[in-house]
Formats: sequence, structure tokens, C-alpha cells
Amino acid sequence: MADMQTLVAYVENKPGVLNRVSSLARRLAINIDSLTVGPTENEEIARMTIVAHTDEQGAHRLEASLEKLVDVLLAENISARSLIERDLALIKVQADQKSRPHLMELIKVFRARVIDVAPESLILEVSGTVDKIDGLLEVLRPFGVLEMARSGRIAMTRGSDSLQPPGTPAKSAEGETVAPAVK
Amino acid sequence: MKLTGAEILCESFTRLGVRHIFGYPGGAILPVYDALGKSKLHHILVRHEQGATHMADGYARASGGVGVAMATSGPGATNMVTGIATAMLDSSPVVCITGQVSSKLLGTDAFQEIDITGITMPITKHNVVVKHAEDIARSVREAFVIANSGRPGPVLVDITKDAQQASCEFDWEKTTPQLPPKRQRTSYDSADFERAVDLLNSAKRPLILAGHGIMVSGAMRVFEQFVRAGNLPVAMTLLGIGCFPANDPLNLGMMGMHGEAWVNHAIQEADLLIAVGMRFDDRVTGDLRTYAKGARKIHIEIDRSEINKNVKVDVALISDAREVLEQLLPRLEHRERAEWLGHIRGLKGDAAVRDIQGLPDNGHLYAAHVINDLWKETRGEAIVVTDVGQHQMWEAQYYHHNQPRTLITSGGLGTMGFALPAAIGAKFAKPEADVWVVVGDGGFQMTMSELATIVQEKIKINIAIINNGYLGMVRQWQEFFYDKRYVATPLVAPDFSALANAFGIRGERITSRAEVIPIIRSARESTESVLIDFRVEQEDSVYPMVPAGGSLHEMIRRPNSPLVETASTEL
Repeated sequence: MADMQTLVAYVENKPGVLNRVSSLARRLAINIDSLTVGPTENEEIARMTIVAHTDEQGAHRLEASLEKLVDVLLAENISARSLIERDLALIKVQADQKSRPHLMELIKVFRARVIDVAPESLILEVSGTVDKIDGLLEVLRPFGVLEMARSGRIAMTRGSDSLQPPGTPAKSAEGETVAPAVK
Repeated sequence: MKLTGAEILCESFTRLGVRHIFGYPGGAILPVYDALGKSKLHHILVRHEQGATHMADGYARASGGVGVAMATSGPGATNMVTGIATAMLDSSPVVCITGQVSSKLLGTDAFQEIDITGITMPITKHNVVVKHAEDIARSVREAFVIANSGRPGPVLVDITKDAQQASCEFDWEKTTPQLPPKRQRTSYDSADFERAVDLLNSAKRPLILAGHGIMVSGAMRVFEQFVRAGNLPVAMTLLGIGCFPANDPLNLGMMGMHGEAWVNHAIQEADLLIAVGMRFDDRVTGDLRTYAKGARKIHIEIDRSEINKNVKVDVALISDAREVLEQLLPRLEHRERAEWLGHIRGLKGDAAVRDIQGLPDNGHLYAAHVINDLWKETRGEAIVVTDVGQHQMWEAQYYHHNQPRTLITSGGLGTMGFALPAAIGAKFAKPEADVWVVVGDGGFQMTMSELATIVQEKIKINIAIINNGYLGMVRQWQEFFYDKRYVATPLVAPDFSALANAFGIRGERITSRAEVIPIIRSARESTESVLIDFRVEQEDSVYPMVPAGGSLHEMIRRPNSPLVETASTEL
């Protein structure tokens, strides 16, 4: 999507930072499509992936304005780079004796996993790009989707060019392997 | 050494070089006030917390250092909001200390509890709640660093009452600021730099747009060298006034909505704009679609988020203005530019013949006359603190500032009521300076209670009220754009000179031009504050004017008059 931009930010892992970040997007009149926060290997630093409805210019403003926040160590628009983006979904779908075999076929095709089985329903776990999950959802809909929870996107640039928080000691390139792209 | 949190705060202020605190006491900040009484810090009791923030702001702008304002929790804190926003929009380093209810009461809607950090999040550079005495010194030190580094701005430190009361071990050495390690983005590559040099040396019609950032980075000297080396004409933003002497022939004056016609035409006709420490505000550019169409643009700016925000530029040099100018200076080549500078002079001559200064005395008192006479009498050396509206624009047009930090005004937020308290702050920063408040009858009535602060502190400030009986700038818009329907702009005011007397201040009323210079002289000679109520022409307008959203070259010009001579900026 042309008007969707993906930013990664390293922030101080402390109360109120999420509020500052989301409040800033509101102030710039930028609608956030997805925002995820999680810890990094350094417990004092959290990593955010922000997917925002805006153009490149808006993303620049968001990125530069985020970096003006004292608690944001780094913000970077990675939209133009080669990316791996992942979303995780839990989907509770209606499944009776009759529909179950057909469902299992689809689950296989989409590389989803069944993580809970009940007499009238299944819970599936699927991860992948937004398109993949949307695709699965599309084909599940006729069976009856009872409930869904999605994690929001996390993203990382491909290759050894890694985005690290400032102050992180540079790691030797030796022994680093380039992870194969996940299909 | 064991100290209470309140004592640590006062000790930290002292060690940070603070001498003045503008504030108002209350329940949740009382421990700090108790400690203040035992310190050598000078506390100035204001009449409203908004006044405290404007005073701290005026103090910061006049001195270049950090101004400190203090208030209690709840309404004390919320009253600061307008002053904090004013400082934010004009990048002024102000540190606000607010008391907060005890930490165990947080979130309970306790008496005078308000989430002031939540409220001020979008209008501060940073804010923080401090709940432990141990964290006070470090938080305040960090606040000072944040407020006055990079692009400056206000920082609010909200301290709970129990943190003020608790005692802990105090060791200054162990409270050094520990700000997060941030990526440094203030840089540019040599390709950008070379591109800027090429543009500068090949331009035929270059023009500098000089902003507040020149003052903030202390770049005045190198800026002047830069201007001379390249023989480059300079247009200033409102907040840039003073960064380059007004009496220099290369200084064209203020640009934008009420900039002189020759300045705005020069911008529209330039082939290169060099923007230094300014942010292409809409009051400066007018319609962006028609703004400086023929010009390449170089933007020298420390704040990366300002690049390409309003105006797309060809080269951005993201760094401190002084550093960039120092690097560019040796590469800049001198050019005669006879044609370009001559062309601008021609534009200037056309505008000057329309100027009100050349009009013979027709018995009316015009605001422009008052400002012009004030400029002449003070030899352009006073610190003038203006409010917002017509008088502010007339001051910018007719008071020619040759020194930085001598015009203090609310630009970005346009806060009425700013002038009087900001002037009090400026006076504390520069006690030897001749400080003049230039204020309208509307804005003055917003914060005039601070007259009592002047009296209580026994300071000397002169106040010139440009009294036209209207909210003049709004009236002007109604005249131009709303068919002269003057809704809610005619303004009843008290007898200002009598009001001044009630406060214990000398008050005067002036109604004719002949009285202007004598009263200015008398006020300057007096050792006490003087308030002068100048009853000026009621329906006078500020010219030229670019209507909001209009093109910069399409100005409403001054009505032409054949009687006039050329005005001069030479004393």
C-alpha cells in the first residue's frame, strides 16, 4: 500500500513512553494502523513497530518528530527497504464434523496451526504477512469466524544491516549469518 | 549530607546558577517554599501563574539562559499552560516546577490533583513526574540540559509533596544527568555541503531568511561575516529581528504577512533563498503554491522535523546554525550584485513614499509615530517587549533593533497578555537595561494584575499602551474581510493612568504627537516605573498586509500619499 509506512523505534522502556509516541502521531494528524511494543535484549530499551497511514513526507515528519522525544533513542522509516513483516493471529473458527476435513486442508495450505480443538470450534494460530492472514481469513469466513485476535505487525530489515539502539557496542561481522528469507 | 527533597531542589537551583524564580505558592509546593526562604534564591511573587511562565520566558529570551517558573498543583499548574505553550512555540528554555499531591494520593482525584504531565505533554519539550527525593537533583539537572540544548524548549518537572518532604543523602557528584543515548542526526554529508556552496556562489539573486535560530546558536558574529563576505541581502522573521543590525544596508527588514513590500517582493524574485534557523511559518510564506517559485532553497536548521515540512528545499544542512555558517564562510565568494541590490533599493523607495512617517502632523496620534519616537529617543537600544496584535507589527516595522535579544515577543503562539510579565522577567535578566513594554489595550487587560508585581519588587519598567479602543488586529481583519462588521472588537478599558496610580505607579495619558517625545524622556529619566496611555488613532491599520493564505507578492499596500518624504532607518 502506497500510503502505508513502517517505522521502527527504540524507546526507553518506562511508563508513559507509549503515550508520548501515540500522542505525537495524533498531534501530527497521522493515523496509526498498527503499533506493537516489545522488549529488546536490553531490558531498559523497548522496540516499537509503527505502521502508519501516511505518505513518505508524513513518515519523515513522524520519524524526525519521534526522535525529538527525549525517550525515543532512534526512529527510522524502513518502508523503502527490503523488509520482513510479520503479524500473528489467533482465529477461533466454527468447525463441526462435516467441515473439519475441509478446514484442515486450508490450514495446511496457509501453514497455520491448530492450537485448540473443541467439539464445535478450532483455534488456529497463523503468522505471516498481513496479506497472508487476510487471505486465510477470507477463506475461513464461510465456515464462521467466532473470534479473532491479531498482534499487529513487527518488522525487520533483511540482511546483516541491523538497526540497533544507539550506544549498543558494534558486533563483529564475523560469524554473522544472513537469515534466509522466510517464505 | 542529608537534605529534604525541597532543600535538594533549592540547592540544585543554586548550583545550576539560578538566581531568580518566578512563582506562586500553594499547598502541594509549600515544602519547597519553606526551603526557598532559607536559601539565597530570589523568589518573585507573581499575581497569576501564567505571569510566572511568561516572566521565566522573558528572562530566558533576554539572557539566553534558562528561566524558572514555579507553581503549586492543580489550578496553579494548569494556569501555566498558556505560558508553557508560548515558550514551546518560540523555542524558549523555561523550566517549570510544579508541586503535586503525595505519591500515595496520585490517581485518586485528591484536592488540587491534576495530571499536569499529561496535560503538558504536547506543549513541552519533555516533562517528568518525580516521586522520590533521591531523583529530584538529577531530574532538575536533566531538565536544564534538555531545555537549553539543541532546539530549546520548556521542560516541566512535577514533584510530589512527599518527595519534597522526604530526606535523603545528597551528593551533587552522583546526580549528573543520565539522558538516554540518542542517535545524533545533526549532520550533513559533504555532497550536500558542496551543493550549498555551489548554489551560494552561483546565485544571481540570493536572499537570506534570518530566524530566531541565529540568536539561539549565538551565531550573530559569524552571520554578520557571512552576510558581508557574500554581499547577501537579509530578510528577517519576527523572532529573527535583532540577529543582524537593522541599520545595515543589507538588512531589508521583516518578511511575511506584515513585512515591507520590498522584502516580500525580494523573496518572490530571488533565485536562491538561504533560510537560517527559521521554519517557514505560514505567516512568513503566505500561499505555499506561489511562494518563491523561482528560488532554489538551502535550509540551515537544527531541527530535522522542520526540513521540507512547509517548503521543499534543495539542500538541507541539519546542524547548529553557527557551526554551518562557520564552515560555509571560507568557501563563500564575494559578488557585487549591483543589479539585484539596486533592484531591491528601487522597491524600497516606492514603499517609503507611502510611509506614514513622512506625513505632516495632522493633529492625529498614530501608533507608528509613538513607536518611531520611542525608537529615536531610546536610540534603538532599549529592550522592547511586545504583546500581540497591531502594535506588535508596528513595533517590528518602526523600532529598528540593532542588537540581539532586544525584541521580546510572542511569535508562534501569538499570546496576548505576554508583554507585561515577559518584560518583568527581562528586567530581572538585564537589570541595567531600559525595558519598555509596548502593548495594546486588549492584551494589557489580560495580565495587568502583574503591575502589582512590579511595585512589590520595586523594579523600573516603562509601559507604553497603544490604546485604540479596539482589539485592533481583529478589527482590521473585520474591516478588510468581514465588511467592517466590528463584532466584539470595540473594547472598554479602565482609565489606565488612574489604574496605574491605584497600583502605586505613575500614570500618564497622551493624546497628541507633540507630547510623545517629552513623556518618553520623562519616563526614561524617572527611577520609578511609568505607565503611558497613548490614545492613538482608532481605526488605523497595519500595512502592508498579505491576507491569510494569500500570495506573498499580493499585498494590501499602504494608501498612497503624495505629501510624504523618504523614511530612514538611520538615527
